Amino acid sequence: MVTLSDISRRSGQWITPQIAVFALVLLSLPFWIGPIGLYQYIGVEIAIWIIFALGFNLLFGYTGLHSFGHGAYLGVGAYAFGLFQLHVGVSLFGGLLAAILAAGVAGAVVASFVSHRRGIYFALMTIAFGQLFWFGAVKMHWITGGEDGLLNIPRPDLNLGVTSFDLSGNTALYYLIATLVIVITILTWRAVNSPFGRILQAIRQNEVRASFIGYEVWWFKWVVFTLSAMFAGLAGGLFSMAQESAYPDVMSLHQSGLIVMMVLVGGGLVNFWGPILGVVLYFIARDVLGAITETWLLWYGLMFVAMVMFKPEGLAGFLAELKRPSEPETWTKPAEEQ
Amino acid sequence: MALFEARNIHKRFGSSVVLEDISLSFEEGQVNGIMGPNGAGKTTCFHCLTGHYKPSRGSIVFDGTDITGKPPQRIARMGVSRSFQMMNLFDDACVIENIILALPEFRRRYAQVTSSVFNDKVLLTQAYEVLDQVGLLGQEWQPSLSLSYGNRRALEIGVALAANPRIVFLDEPTSGLGVEATRQLVKLIQKLRDRYTIVMIEHDMRFLFELADQISVIHWGQVIAQGTPDELQSNKWVQRSALGAVA
Ligand SMILES: Nc1ncnc2c1ncn2[C@@H]1O[C@H](COP(=O)(O)OP(=O)(O)O)[C@@H](O)[C@H]1O
Ligand SMILES: [Mg+2]
Repeated sequence: MVTLSDISRRSGQWITPQIAVFALVLLSLPFWIGPIGLYQYIGVEIAIWIIFALGFNLLFGYTGLHSFGHGAYLGVGAYAFGLFQLHVGVSLFGGLLAAILAAGVAGAVVASFVSHRRGIYFALMTIAFGQLFWFGAVKMHWITGGEDGLLNIPRPDLNLGVTSFDLSGNTALYYLIATLVIVITILTWRAVNSPFGRILQAIRQNEVRASFIGYEVWWFKWVVFTLSAMFAGLAGGLFSMAQESAYPDVMSLHQSGLIVMMVLVGGGLVNFWGPILGVVLYFIARDVLGAITETWLLWYGLMFVAMVMFKPEGLAGFLAELKRPSEPETWTKPAEEQ
Repeated sequence: MALFEARNIHKRFGSSVVLEDISLSFEEGQVNGIMGPNGAGKTTCFHCLTGHYKPSRGSIVFDGTDITGKPPQRIARMGVSRSFQMMNLFDDACVIENIILALPEFRRRYAQVTSSVFNDKVLLTQAYEVLDQVGLLGQEWQPSLSLSYGNRRALEIGVALAANPRIVFLDEPTSGLGVEATRQLVKLIQKLRDRYTIVMIEHDMRFLFELADQISVIHWGQVIAQGTPDELQSNKWVQRSALGAVA
């Protein structure tokens, strides 16, 4: 059985071969995405959702906390970025920071209500709070523009002091986001193998025992919830930059469900790479199936149902089994590694 | 003064009273046994003493500090450790990770988000020491689920010891163990008695009489008898259940 908590042989490294390959694929994408029949902007979307998914899986897969309302923080990030550009000043870093902080604060507030809960109560409360944010976005039209949302959000340049890059083209924007994805992937990889990350996984496996060996379980739940909301906020900020607009749909229940589906289908419950696979699979399904039939979401949904029924470990679990005959990717003694 | 003292513990669930009035005290360095029939309230008593349940009445004092009603993680960090009657491990984790998670040295690093765990010499050294104590060397990188039943019991105790506690509560450590594994456990507890104060609930009379300095018998939510193994030999309830165990 593969589990998320298997110790990788490279659990001490910053850059594993997988991360290197992933970075290469990401950075070379603009060169081959056209020739294989897709287009630049899908790369932007995939990269944004990967950030969202990696943060979400810290909570969902690693800590075992099933939030069904995380679209809210994507939305808060999107609005915060937009409001910053429109009312404070056109600034990339300012906007992204605002997105991360606003979503973090929203997440922290919700987390203080849910971090003492578990199971179905936890899940229901995350939905309820998610709906609250959505409702707020629709109703507070003097801030959010109501149903129409915020329009004409400028795309700021990337200003590095000595030089600055124009991000109005999708390829330039893609490179910015891909760079962020690589940095975030490395940090997430370190985090899940760090003491903090292993404690999160211990909480997933056995919350009672975790408290009996001295851990303030609620505190870890609170922190990881807030953290995942911050990831979502960053993704949301980038999304409103990409779309040049922010609207209530971004934080709808639909988005909250989508991220859960992506992570599950990809195999986020058993593998670090699961969320990334899930995001890629979803967008390819949307564009490839979507070109064939308008009911593509139905087919994707059926695939989700089939996956949950027959292969709950998801795509990553499936791939892990394919290479099973060779050596399982668990760790051996430190002595043998040197 | 005793290292750990429970005074007049009363515990009810709704209208059903499980612990009537329990007073126990455990002296530093002793092995304390707790026996009694099934459903007497022994596990519930442990749950109260270690913070899992809040007693409805009564007080609990550990090393001079009142710990009544404190949450389990606080009590654990003060040096009170326990194992569980039902196996209670981190099942996706390998053997050594179960131990590492419980090390105070590891707990101190709880906020580290980029450092690595399984290459850390300090943590590994301490974990190997605990594994050696409970006889699990050589199986450290196995998934804990793949261990034999007896070894899982040993790991259960290992996790409790890894916390470097002053007092260890063991809930029926021999339950489900064969003759050979029980003999191993006797040896282990003989080794541990110099380092820790031990309190154990136990069904196996012979095991308990061999190891314990003090024994308390709990029945109907009350302590019905208390004393050294010798003193208890003459207790009616003990005799009756000892006969039952032999037959
Ligand atoms: N959470 C609970 N709610 C209600 N009754 C309980 C609870 N926990 C234990 N009991 C009852 O308390 C009694 C003692 O249980 P327990 O402490 O497990 O006994 P022992 O460990 O001595 O076999 C049993 O009758 C059990 O049904
Ligand atoms: Mg019991």
